[in-house]
Amino acid sequence: MMLIDPHAHMISRTTDDYQAMADAGVVALIEPAFWVGQPRTYVGTYVDYLSSIVGWERFRAGQFGIRHYCTVGLNSKEANNEELAEGVMEWLPRFALKEGVVAIGEIGYDEQTALEDRYFRLQLELARELALPVMVHTPHRDKKRGTSRSMDVCEEHGLDPGMVIIDHNNEETVAETLQRGFWAGFSIYPSTKMGNARMVEILRQYGGERIIVDSACDWGISDCLGVAKTAQLALERGIPPETVERVCYRNALEAYGQSGQMAEEDWLNPPAIDQRTLYAGNSILRGGREPHIETPDDRRARRLLID
Amino acid sequence: MTRPEELLRRWVLDQAGPEAGWAAQSLDTLAKSGQARDLYIFMGLAPRRLGKADLRLGPDDLAAAETARPGWSPAGWSIDGAARVLALLIFPTQRPFAELFKDLRRTADVAELIALYRGLPLYPEPESLDFEVGEGLRSNIRAVFEAIAHDTPYPRDHFDDHRWNHMVLKALFVDTRLTPILGLRERANPELARILVDYAEERLAAGRPVPEDLWIPLSPFREDPKVASLLRRAGQEEALS
Repeated sequence: MMLIDPHAHMISRTTDDYQAMADAGVVALIEPAFWVGQPRTYVGTYVDYLSSIVGWERFRAGQFGIRHYCTVGLNSKEANNEELAEGVMEWLPRFALKEGVVAIGEIGYDEQTALEDRYFRLQLELARELALPVMVHTPHRDKKRGTSRSMDVCEEHGLDPGMVIIDHNNEETVAETLQRGFWAGFSIYPSTKMGNARMVEILRQYGGERIIVDSACDWGISDCLGVAKTAQLALERGIPPETVERVCYRNALEAYGQSGQMAEEDWLNPPAIDQRTLYAGNSILRGGREPHIETPDDRRARRLLID
Repeated sequence: MTRPEELLRRWVLDQAGPEAGWAAQSLDTLAKSGQARDLYIFMGLAPRRLGKADLRLGPDDLAAAETARPGWSPAGWSIDGAARVLALLIFPTQRPFAELFKDLRRTADVAELIALYRGLPLYPEPESLDFEVGEGLRSNIRAVFEAIAHDTPYPRDHFDDHRWNHMVLKALFVDTRLTPILGLRERANPELARILVDYAEERLAAGRPVPEDLWIPLSPFREDPKVASLLRRAGQEEALS
């Protein structure tokens, strides 16, 4: 089974991770612009970060036969540094049309401050102007209210819910997200977000429509195989393969493919220039294979469950 | 003689299909406006509107390119890359060209980097791009390095010996071929020969193969005892004759 991880901060990950993801069947991933742990204090460092995810990281992924896409945006934490935020907003339009940019994101609320609200709205307007999808980061704290409010604001700005992926959902938020017509992302992230056993139960209850599974792997304790392990656990526990394929591949492609920047062709039949220069994989050979994460020496493959 | 920008325009428009109208109009606007914003947008839209297919070029086209700029080979260029270089060539600006180039290079995605550097033999004020070329050569993205080094007269015509030598050495390190580097024989020099002998000895000591095209820049120095001894040890006696 081909997999897509539509939320993976590869700039914080090693080549081992790329290799493991490729082995597990990941053919494409999306790297959202985010807070790198250390706050940036210059607009220039932010600009170079955005250049990294449209440039270097895309190349790095290609060496492992994984197609790399990204989203650009000003994250909610750094939106609170007004001087930085103003500067980044001036640069964003120049990055939004770069090759492989599939959305504006991840944007939204952290502490739900006035500044977060201001830059969230400005970026929603930018996405609307450029007809790009939006990846919304929902807050860890005061989550339920923050999630509802994020959707209210998207609607206020006239965005089509079908163009908006509300990420980091849980059991408490999923019903409303789906009912209002948004895509519901789930980050399989140990301890703080969603576990994959819980995820399987959500799939049992809600089916696969508009649900998207991602790993959100980053600089924290997280698992770049979140999507692959969830796919395997779901199959083991009797979720229909069509549902698993939808939530671990097809839905992400459909949602972010609306950017016009991501298509199955990219990995099944890449352009000649990419095959010569940027894309080392031959994923056609991998197509149709079951998620493969059980190499005996692989420490991380021993446990399928992500709490 | 047809100028490179006329050739590029013809190739891009001929292959643009239903987007030919958009491309022609955008390029005309760009040539008049001189607005950086228009240039950024065109650079972004080029692959979206035109796709990323290789330019379809016949022997006549390649001959015309060679006449327009000796050494320039657009074989293997993509349509969006050609459109991007063309945009840069026709964009009227009061700024020094190197500044405009830097502005685009700083925020470039991978495909843009490749296109920007492939255009090197065609730009005005080539000497002023020295710093920009250095930045590109330091890249570990092999395709970017190759855009500067392969099938282009720019390094042969503008690099000093130090930069030339390190480009050749880096080509070996990033595992790319030397043969597409124009001027490999003409620019051979004793310092490069010394560097390459050291490199080859390191490889042999580690039990690793020595790339065959390394002998091209070494062959003018085959009389040198160190080079001769190395060639013998590597089983390359025929390069001695």
